[in-house]
Amino acid sequence: MLENNSVGIVAPQNAHFDTPLTLKSGAVLPTFDLAYETYGTLNHDKSNAVLICHALSGTHHVAGKYSENDKYPGWWDNLVGPNKPLDTNKFFVIGVNNLGGCHGSTGSASINPATGKPWGSAFPIVTVEDWVNSQARLLDFLGLPSLAAVIGGSLGGMQALQWTLAFPNRVRHALVIASAPNLTAQNMAFNEVARQAIITDPEFHGGDYYAHNAIPRRGLRIARMLGHITYLSDDAMGAKFGRKLKNDIQYSFDAEFEMESYLRYQGDKFAGEFDANTYLRMTRALDYYDPALPFNNDLTAALKQAKAHFLVVSFTSDWRFSPARSREIVKALLDNELTVSYAEVTAAHGHDAFLMPDAHYHNILRTYLSNIEIGGNDAK
Amino acid sequence: MMQNNVNNTNYVSEFRQDFAIIANWVKFGTKVLDLGCGDGELLQYLRNSLEVKGYGVEKDDAKWLACMQNGSNVIQMDLEDGLSGFEDQSFDTVILSQTLQAMHHTEEIVQEMLRVGREVIVTFPNFGYWRNRLQILTGNMPVSKTLPYQWFDTPNVHLCTISDFDQFCKNHNITVLERRVITDTQAVEFMPNLLGNLAMYRLKASS
Repeated sequence: MLENNSVGIVAPQNAHFDTPLTLKSGAVLPTFDLAYETYGTLNHDKSNAVLICHALSGTHHVAGKYSENDKYPGWWDNLVGPNKPLDTNKFFVIGVNNLGGCHGSTGSASINPATGKPWGSAFPIVTVEDWVNSQARLLDFLGLPSLAAVIGGSLGGMQALQWTLAFPNRVRHALVIASAPNLTAQNMAFNEVARQAIITDPEFHGGDYYAHNAIPRRGLRIARMLGHITYLSDDAMGAKFGRKLKNDIQYSFDAEFEMESYLRYQGDKFAGEFDANTYLRMTRALDYYDPALPFNNDLTAALKQAKAHFLVVSFTSDWRFSPARSREIVKALLDNELTVSYAEVTAAHGHDAFLMPDAHYHNILRTYLSNIEIGGNDAK
Repeated sequence: MMQNNVNNTNYVSEFRQDFAIIANWVKFGTKVLDLGCGDGELLQYLRNSLEVKGYGVEKDDAKWLACMQNGSNVIQMDLEDGLSGFEDQSFDTVILSQTLQAMHHTEEIVQEMLRVGREVIVTFPNFGYWRNRLQILTGNMPVSKTLPYQWFDTPNVHLCTISDFDQFCKNHNITVLERRVITDTQAVEFMPNLLGNLAMYRLKASS
């Protein structure tokens, strides 16, 4: 059953690009595809488009369901829909699967036109900058001169920020949520452990496991388990699982604690549906993003070219993308006299909080988005 | 269906003499930081009357949201932690309107305001107002329009008189550019520490 404020039944679409895309690394993608979805109606003067950038494991399937029988809707369904905080009665919303992804956009598992075989390890390392450049191509494809807003959490927040730097004239508002201007050493360290789990899995075959009909499941599973620990706060894990046992103590290494069952379940589920090469590339994009680097690590100087209005949101219990990192972004925006509001949401869920339908958090987004002016009152 | 959520027609229900005085001290089109901005009423007033580029600072979730609903930029942070997110002399005017008395780190916030703002506006309820004195004389903590709390639920921790604040500025080497004292909408020139219930200061750091 669909809720009555759902975008309803949706279908993924594909955009094919024949013009080569030069990546930050210097590598060139001769052609590529981006999978995307849209919700709501583009208004007459094309001023109501909002792009949603996904985080590490997200997709273009942001809202709605593919069929009545789908168990789950898109990953940010609680945000997007008629009369929801990102109101599809007002906005034309676009979800896109990032380049290098494994849900329809060109990535390691796609066929390399040069060889007729999966790209595998040969698929280049893509960066946040590359994603934003490819998303701009999608805007061209859709005939959109600019975005009313770009929204993203975590790695998606980095893309939202990057949009304002790469295309200052094509984005009016940026909502940067639970994000950071770059990763700390500790944050990158978690990514390194996750990657090592994948790369050292015997089934990885140097990234060309498709040719071996293999999947580095164990590595991917461990990487995801580690990720899940860091997305929750100590308090949230305590509240959710505590030291609860499934049965009595067995004196074994089985999943005796409920926390262990949860992590194993999440790891197994993820390993069954996500591509290891994509995971490697998504984490690397996180590591590499550092807009201040070419400016002598001066974030204020790096953000000088931005023109957008900003909403920056962090969550008190998020230790992987802590409020202090969001405040760095806010300070750099203030230094540049840009329009910015900043909310530090009291939440127990850690980094995961940005996906939760917390009432105050959603009120913040609803208020900010409803204040965005769009031309032509002819959105449906 | 279109929503028109931007509502700029909030009528100020009551004439605010203190807002009018603050607006008289703020220059047209300048950059203003309002600390403890509440629902952003003052920022809205200054934006509408002087087209200032305004930012508010507010700690409380509900007030923060109300401020955003009023169309103001608002940064959520605790003033007790100082203003480390703001550069030296990066605002034309920094305002602390009727919040000084509720601050724990009084000296620190005044110094921080003088660091961040080229000019500073501080307003506070004058504890030396005769009605307050009278209530003390009759044996009770004062409760009034500018001090609307009971002793047990007041957020105010550092109440002072005009005379106290004058001394504070002298001791901290702060230049008082202008001082206005009002009682409701009336300017008070004669015996302000006795007859005024709201003190308003325009300050700057002594060079």
